[in-house]
Amino acid sequence: MAESVVGASSYEAMTRADVKRAIVRIAHEIIERNHGVEGLAIVGLQRGGTWIAKEIADQINEIEKTVTVPFGALDVSLHRDDIGIRPVSLGAISDIPFDLSGSTVVLVDDVLFTGRTVRAAMEGLNNYGRPRAVQLAVLVDRGHRELPIRPDFVGKNLPTHHGDEVAVTSDGVTVTPVSEASR
Amino acid sequence: MTKTIVIKGGTIVNRASEQALDLKIENGLVAQVGKNLKGDVQLDASGCIVASGFVDLHAHLREPGQEEAETIETGSRAGALGGYTALVAMPNTDPPQDSVAVIDFVREQGKRAGLVDVVPSGCITLGRQGESLAPMAELSAAGVSLFTDDGSGVQDASLMRRALEYAKGLGVTLAQHCEVAELTKGAVMNECQCCTNLGLPGWPAIAEELMVFRDIELVRITGAAMHFLHLSTKRSVELVRAAKRDGLPVTAEVTPHHLSLTEELLASFDPVFKVNPPLRSMHDIAALKAGLIDGTIDAIATDHAPHPRRDKEMSLDMAPPGMLGLETALGVVLAEGACEVRDVVALMSWNPAKIARIDDRHGLDLVAGAVANICVFDPEIKWTIDPERMVSKSINTPYVGRNLQGRVRHTIFNGATTVVDGQAQR
Amino acid sequence: MKHLLSIDELGLDGLNALLNLTDHMVEINQRPVPKVPALRGRTVASLFFEDSTRTRLSFETAAKRLSADTMTFNVSTSSVNKGESLRDTVATITDMGVDVFVVRHKSVGIPWQISEWTKASIINAGDGAHQHPTQALVDCYTIREATHAKSFSGMRMVIVGDIKHSRVARSNIQAFSMLGAAVTLVAPPTLLPPDVSHWPVAVSHDLDEVLPQTDVLYMLRLQSERMSQGHVPTLREYSEQYGLTQKRVMNLQAQAIVMHPGPMNRGVEMQIDPSDVKNSLIHRQVANGVAVRMAVLFELLGSGSNLAGQA
Repeated sequence: MAESVVGASSYEAMTRADVKRAIVRIAHEIIERNHGVEGLAIVGLQRGGTWIAKEIADQINEIEKTVTVPFGALDVSLHRDDIGIRPVSLGAISDIPFDLSGSTVVLVDDVLFTGRTVRAAMEGLNNYGRPRAVQLAVLVDRGHRELPIRPDFVGKNLPTHHGDEVAVTSDGVTVTPVSEASR
Repeated sequence: MTKTIVIKGGTIVNRASEQALDLKIENGLVAQVGKNLKGDVQLDASGCIVASGFVDLHAHLREPGQEEAETIETGSRAGALGGYTALVAMPNTDPPQDSVAVIDFVREQGKRAGLVDVVPSGCITLGRQGESLAPMAELSAAGVSLFTDDGSGVQDASLMRRALEYAKGLGVTLAQHCEVAELTKGAVMNECQCCTNLGLPGWPAIAEELMVFRDIELVRITGAAMHFLHLSTKRSVELVRAAKRDGLPVTAEVTPHHLSLTEELLASFDPVFKVNPPLRSMHDIAALKAGLIDGTIDAIATDHAPHPRRDKEMSLDMAPPGMLGLETALGVVLAEGACEVRDVVALMSWNPAKIARIDDRHGLDLVAGAVANICVFDPEIKWTIDPERMVSKSINTPYVGRNLQGRVRHTIFNGATTVVDGQAQR
Repeated sequence: MKHLLSIDELGLDGLNALLNLTDHMVEINQRPVPKVPALRGRTVASLFFEDSTRTRLSFETAAKRLSADTMTFNVSTSSVNKGESLRDTVATITDMGVDVFVVRHKSVGIPWQISEWTKASIINAGDGAHQHPTQALVDCYTIREATHAKSFSGMRMVIVGDIKHSRVARSNIQAFSMLGAAVTLVAPPTLLPPDVSHWPVAVSHDLDEVLPQTDVLYMLRLQSERMSQGHVPTLREYSEQYGLTQKRVMNLQAQAIVMHPGPMNRGVEMQIDPSDVKNSLIHRQVANGVAVRMAVLFELLGSGSNLAGQA
């Protein structure tokens, strides 16, 4: 875990209402982009992305009403590229109770940072079938990509320093800048 | 004219005296005991005990047959470093010491090395097979006075009775390795809670005690002299104590490792701790120590059993039993604090010399005219053993990392120095 | 965690961590493609000095599902008669670049000895009559899966048979009691170790008396050579007193579980087909074997729990 110095400079980047609005907007954008919900599946990344994915799925179901979008959760710990380099703490267990083959999967995570988690997730998805397409929705894009990965749906673009900490909950998004000197 | 040696500044321990005097050696004998003696060579003995050289009743020198583990020369050197001037060589060589030719060979090799008296023991049964008697009269005529099948006990009670009867006629002593083999098949360690946990076949105390009991009763009806090798259990000590009370001609020894190490060490799975008889419990150690103090146990003998490194890198069940002892015996015994320094001299020199019947030249009081077989040791010094620097050919010592107390400074064999300042001279 | 050698060295926390990790591995095994790249580039060598196709396949399958490379060194005990070759073998295979050795040997303590001779991790896949920790993990996981209980507190485990020569019994006694169960051993005195007074167990020689108070009935295999060694007079007499018969099954409580580490000696300790027993978990034991061994391999090689030690 990064040594952090929580200073008085910690600030709220999104309020509870901002988060809710972003989720509603993303749900609409997903339906719009995919011309409906047929063949659509929502998969949240354990653990931070799961609750957002669930809210997006509920929102879509409420908008469309006619169908229920399949919802799953994926733990990517065992697909990561830093196994053996960094201690691994496994998240909640993956739970994808349907075949992904031929569907359009929207991966959902809380924060998009280096892109490595998303890469691991795309690999993990293939264990459950071969999706027709994979799209990516994130609540916060904080930059600093290390892989050629780009989100399709973004709640908020949030410029940060590399070492800053970004905390996302349903109550809002908080950024804690970490001074370079302390690292 | 040989050089004279003077041991200066030590305390000479004899049976009836303890005196801070110098000791002068000339022509292989103790020439003079007194104050401010001068000689060609002076050995500093300040803070040291000066006593008759140690006698080991139980050394496996491995030659002939297993020279990879030890030779008579390397074993003799290890003995000299341990303060010994005589070693009884165990007969489980290859070929075994059951013929005059082998006995003579062992004795000659001992003389060639010239570091200690190598006293060959003879087999009780031919080839140590436990089936028919070895030519004990021939061997006795060749100078053997202690017979044993050590490594195994004579299982057949009838044969053992004949052996004792025959030995009585020859006036020699039989030494028994007490182990009823049927009870120790595949055994690796003492039968105890620890062996229960480890799932290792146990070596029950009764396997030793049954044979101690049987042989005491055979001694009772034959009247032959019997020496019990490496006793390891409480009940064995009790049996021998009772036999001595009955006036039977029995003697007994214990090893330094059975006085200092316990069964739990096997939980490390290091075969260096595998030995026959096995390491027992604290309970047994206490009984053995009590036996030392009340005279039930006559001698401390090493059961020095070298094994090449690769043999001790096998699994516990495959590895051969046995551990080194000659270089560490004194340090272990004094570190255990089981008895007084003069008792140590009795247990390691005076008594074993008598049992081995070499008390005409070993285990003597250090007075003018005595053969100069002498050990000078510092009873207080603390030290640890480095297996790579031992002079034995093997390194299977269980005492790595343990604190020892008491170390040999000089050893004199037949009037010549074999060890000076803790260094082997040849 | 550097090695998995015995249940008591693993400890309760380690045991629970591995059981929790097994939940993840069970999920992986249920995927259409049951394979993750977690141990890519790592090499697992199985060093089996005693035949056990089941355990070896279970480990090798586990390694492959985590994308590790596997090597098999299958030695019949007869061809290895000198310890020197064992040390040389280990050194040679280590030089090929091995991260973990899975060791099965008829001699007690070999995995500990090997751990002194190599930098690789060691998993004890059974040493003599001493320990078989992965079997105990499998059994605990299987009971946990069936009962949904993370603690075995209040459970009454009964282990029946050749305790004396059983590494499975030694590991399971430790694991079951660590998790809070009350353990009873049922065997003739000749098949019990010389002194179990310090073990956290009760001992009985009467299976019928114990059966009605049993939550988990764990049957051990009886090897036929125990007869020639004088441990039991005849297999018939043994199976009459200690075998699981239809009549004995009837005396079990309705929810009682029956287990066996395999391979079974039908007609000896198992006089009935396990599929005839309502709550037999014998097939779950086999199925969970792979997931448990995945958890162990991942904990040793992938979890990064050794990183702190290296720093």
